[in-house]
Amino acid sequence: MALLEVENLRVEFPTRRGSLLALDDVSFQIEEGEVLGVVGESGAGKSLTGAAIIGLLEPPGRVTAGEIKLEDRRIDNLSYEEMRKIRGEKIGAIFQDPLTSLNPLYTIGRQLIETIRVHMDLTQEEAKGRAIDLLGEVGIPAAERRIDSYPHEFSGGMRQRVVIALALCANPRLIIADEPTTALDVSIQAQIIALIKKLCREHKTAVMLITHDMGVIAETADRVAVMYAGRIAEVGPVRRVVKQPKHPYTVGLMGAIPMVGHDVERLTQIDGAMPRLTEIPRGCSFNPRCPKVFARCREERPELMHAGRNAEAACWQFDKEGRRG
Amino acid sequence: MTAYILQRVFQAVAVMIVVAFVSFLLFNFVGDPVDNMVGQEASFEDREAMRDSLGLNDPFIVQFGRFLGNAVQGEFGISYRLQRPVAALISERMPATLELVGASAILSILLGIPLGVYTGIKRYAMSSRTILTLSLIGVSLPTFVIGILLIYVFSVNLGWLPSFGRGQVTQLGWWSTGFLTVSGWKAIIMPSVTLALFQMTLILRLVRSEMLEVMRTDYIKFARARGLPDRMINFGHAFKNTLVPVITIIGLNVGSLIAFSIITETVFQWPGMGFLFIQAVGFADIPVMAAYLVLVAAIFVTINLFVDILYFVVDPRLRVERTVSAGGGE
Repeated sequence: MALLEVENLRVEFPTRRGSLLALDDVSFQIEEGEVLGVVGESGAGKSLTGAAIIGLLEPPGRVTAGEIKLEDRRIDNLSYEEMRKIRGEKIGAIFQDPLTSLNPLYTIGRQLIETIRVHMDLTQEEAKGRAIDLLGEVGIPAAERRIDSYPHEFSGGMRQRVVIALALCANPRLIIADEPTTALDVSIQAQIIALIKKLCREHKTAVMLITHDMGVIAETADRVAVMYAGRIAEVGPVRRVVKQPKHPYTVGLMGAIPMVGHDVERLTQIDGAMPRLTEIPRGCSFNPRCPKVFARCREERPELMHAGRNAEAACWQFDKEGRRG
Repeated sequence: MTAYILQRVFQAVAVMIVVAFVSFLLFNFVGDPVDNMVGQEASFEDREAMRDSLGLNDPFIVQFGRFLGNAVQGEFGISYRLQRPVAALISERMPATLELVGASAILSILLGIPLGVYTGIKRYAMSSRTILTLSLIGVSLPTFVIGILLIYVFSVNLGWLPSFGRGQVTQLGWWSTGFLTVSGWKAIIMPSVTLALFQMTLILRLVRSEMLEVMRTDYIKFARARGLPDRMINFGHAFKNTLVPVITIIGLNVGSLIAFSIITETVFQWPGMGFLFIQAVGFADIPVMAAYLVLVAAIFVTINLFVDILYFVVDPRLRVERTVSAGGGE
């Protein structure tokens, strides 16, 4: 049994000119303790998937079809109050910008203690002890002293460590990390990624790592899901996806990453841009940009299908029995 | 922090000197006070003697210095109209105005803040829209119209509340209060509601828009993602972050309540400073007008000084010594 199962998830934004389909038929699983990387361009629906899982879609966006199951229990139809208990307790979250994720008016200790006490039955003193332990664990030096500091007294990297401590307060089973390193210096990015990896290994916490940085994914994730225009284009173990990408979009993505030691004249470029939600083409949404496009791609929308060992891709070229148009 | 407060006190003093200068100019340019004080048939020599005894022939700067010196001691001369010391007149009227302004300020804060928070959180609820529409009326109806409407309904038609005055007043030393008698309480209801209405709607709308702003911030989203209950998010995290602009406006508003109270006091014949001022204007009673101007400015400046100090209490980022703020952390 997987820790988290997302099946045929669909998220729509009703607007005056009809409904915008932001996520369409998204399915994936995350196993206990596994790190699943989710990559894609801006607007591909990565963050939206994370928000849908923790039940914090910005209105008017809402889940209109599909199921989300955590530990075999459906969580997409829970009441706000039931879902609130799951947030923080079962699923923690880390956001992109550590500079704005913390309330500037309260000490980090207060924010940690309130979160701990909401989810765990501890006294003020016990919660404070746990808060200091957590700060130590995420690498804040002199945690007993720093606990009474305000967010503005920390640097960006240190604040992201505090945010991670906050996400870990109640020992959640899953952490959704939405671009956790994008706002940080490159030198600090590596530290934060190493920290997330270490903590999740120690606590056996699964991670859904949302990023557009393939380098971060390659370094951290066990498996990776590639998203394009609100759908999943390809899923598979990270080594296989990096070395032998199946979907033409993933092939393009990998070709676009400069690699040390590989002497390439020019990086590959995918022509065109990802379509806007209002202009998603018929058939496969990637078809106008795809170098391997054939007639069927313009007519029918491909589902995720078997594409070789350890590989699933939403592309008609892997449809053995099907016609090629 | 001490340096900051000292700096603010210094600014406050500078503002007061400017205001004193302007009110001093009233004496000089509104007309010749000697004309009012001596008879039609007074000779030129009599006038000059009068001028000398009043010090009006001294150089401008000397006169201003004397005015300042007296003002600091609470001495503003004799009212032309009532022939009594202005300081005594003002201190008799001040409790009435301050009680009215205090009641209105409390009323507008106690109603405006919760309603603002509510309409900010329940943004799309029918009740919020209704409150907002009604608040538009509060903003757009002039104070005197509301006052007269209230008098018409509650005094003329229903006869529940008195239409003028402070009711029975009790003396506590030099302070006269209306809060110790039933008739005093009855009398303050309509004037304070009238005065509070505009301020309340202003506070309501400000708190609402600040709440909407704060609810969009990352730390509120993160607080939700941490699973904090709504009550804690709305009042603990969101509301506290709206306080800096809100106390600024409330501070300014208490000052303008005193200014607006002129109209309300006139409508309800409330025996306060505003009413005194209006009568003084009618009579060109310059010492009273000048004293009123200086006093209102002093209250404004004092309130703003307190507001500046309150910022420190609310926002820890301001408490940082400037030298340390750059370092810290990694």
